[in-house]
Amino acid sequence: MTSRISQATARVDLLLVADMVEPGARVLDVGCGDGALLEILTRDRKVDGRGIELSQAGVNGCVAKGLSVVQGDADTDLVDYPDDAFDYVILSQTLQATRRPRQVLERMLRIGRRAIVSFPNFGHWRIRSELMLKGRMPRTEALSYSWYDTPNIHLCTIRDFVQLVDELGASIDRAVALDRYGSEVRVDAPWWFWNMFGEQAVFLLHRKRG
Amino acid sequence: MDAGPSLAPISIAYQTYGELNADRSNAILVCHALTGDQHVANEHPVTGKPGWWSAMVGPGRPIDTDRYFVICSNVIGGCLGSTGPASVNPETGSPWGLNLPVVTIRDMVRAQAMLIDHLGIETLFCVAGGSMGGMQVLQWVASYPERVFSALPIATASKHSAQNIAFHEVGRQAVMADPDWRGGRYAEFGVRPTKGLAVARMAAHITYLSEGALQRKFGRKLQDRSAPTFSFDADFQIENYLRYQGSSFVDRFDANSYLYVTRACDYFDLAADYDGTLARAFAGAATRFCVVSFTSDWLYPTSDARTIVHALNAASLPVSFVEIETDKGHDAFLLDEPDFMATTRGFLESAANARGIAQQAKAAAK
Repeated sequence: MTSRISQATARVDLLLVADMVEPGARVLDVGCGDGALLEILTRDRKVDGRGIELSQAGVNGCVAKGLSVVQGDADTDLVDYPDDAFDYVILSQTLQATRRPRQVLERMLRIGRRAIVSFPNFGHWRIRSELMLKGRMPRTEALSYSWYDTPNIHLCTIRDFVQLVDELGASIDRAVALDRYGSEVRVDAPWWFWNMFGEQAVFLLHRKRG
Repeated sequence: MDAGPSLAPISIAYQTYGELNADRSNAILVCHALTGDQHVANEHPVTGKPGWWSAMVGPGRPIDTDRYFVICSNVIGGCLGSTGPASVNPETGSPWGLNLPVVTIRDMVRAQAMLIDHLGIETLFCVAGGSMGGMQVLQWVASYPERVFSALPIATASKHSAQNIAFHEVGRQAVMADPDWRGGRYAEFGVRPTKGLAVARMAAHITYLSEGALQRKFGRKLQDRSAPTFSFDADFQIENYLRYQGSSFVDRFDANSYLYVTRACDYFDLAADYDGTLARAFAGAATRFCVVSFTSDWLYPTSDARTIVHALNAASLPVSFVEIETDKGHDAFLLDEPDFMATTRGFLESAANARGIAQQAKAAAK
């Protein structure tokens, strides 16, 4: 039951990201996993899509599907791409697992005209209450790892992320928060409301000129 | 030729497998490695062993001869039918020996392009190869970008490193140190520098394996004896194995050819032909690439593959890259590694679908 909910949520997340991409664009999906998003983008948005994925199993799966994916690491390999190489650079549910998220985001904004980032919101009320009421490191359906084996080493809240975007001098073109059922949190709600009730967030960013 | 003189006429020995389809769109050129030859998937005429890439090429294999028309030619400078140092120089009537101009990877590819012209094929569906074969793959895309739909360079590099050149030089010096080499004119004297060539092969063979694989396979195990003999016999299994590799190699390979093909690799530096920028070598190409490396390959390590991948990315080509986990060293590309086979199969199938190649060439022809 739990896995079905999180899968449904992940699905909505991918569709949301795909919806932010202009058809026919050049796209780099960083941490593309098994290529689910790239497949949607290639099929529905007719993009020229590329991927970077750390796991050999993921890369093999992608290559077998006919996707252009290189085995690599978001932390070390983005530096090799030229400026403005892509229309969109996407980081889907991966930011929190990078070693240097700020640098990854900077590089995304350099090599892409736009960046799309989705991440789990550590400010969600359930996570806050886990820590506050139980005194334990939070474990939720979206973030199900124990503190000692989690790959998610740089978790942040929506507010944290907005502040980082500001520090990097980037602009937010669009932001969406999803609740735990995958529905969009009210668009006109204030940031604190999103930060409390959004289980994950998707941001479309661009670098400010000059 | 890159060395200056022209070489004509030339012979190119080749094998084909499968059938060319009606629109001539299903041809795969396989480029062989240093001491390979055109016998990719058939029994070798000299050794009687299966083709060197029979794990990869054949009916139902990733390079499926039921679907693709596979071509493999012996490189020029080689010794299995194509023009090489053992061929007769028509001007003198005796073997070329070291009078054959030094052959480069680009020369090999030029000769292959003539063969492809001869076969009436405009665009190759894929050019694939490992090691020196991978260098030819890269050179093909650089020289004839519009003629290569997809490319599969495996366990290779865009240039030879100092270490690579060093190992090759050891091999060449071993050949030349053999008194029977006779300045490369051994054929005229009716002898062959088999000892030198065998030593060259033994040294080279170590570089094709990995420390882990050697340890796992041989360790310090003794050969047919329970204690060391306190002599210089092949006490250890690894010694016996290398001696066998050396002695069986000389039955099928020409010593001067070994000098030429190792030299061709040493001179290979694709970026140098394009103002030092590798990405420029691929400018204007639309070829889809799948680059493969192996974790335990210390001859052409993954860093070499990444250099290629970065250049392809910079040139905006569609590129996939996989590093296969294995302890089998450089030679892994010749072996039936499941992840490697699966990746290759997937890459070719998706490229074939993009190119509109029917599932079975034979079925389409009917």
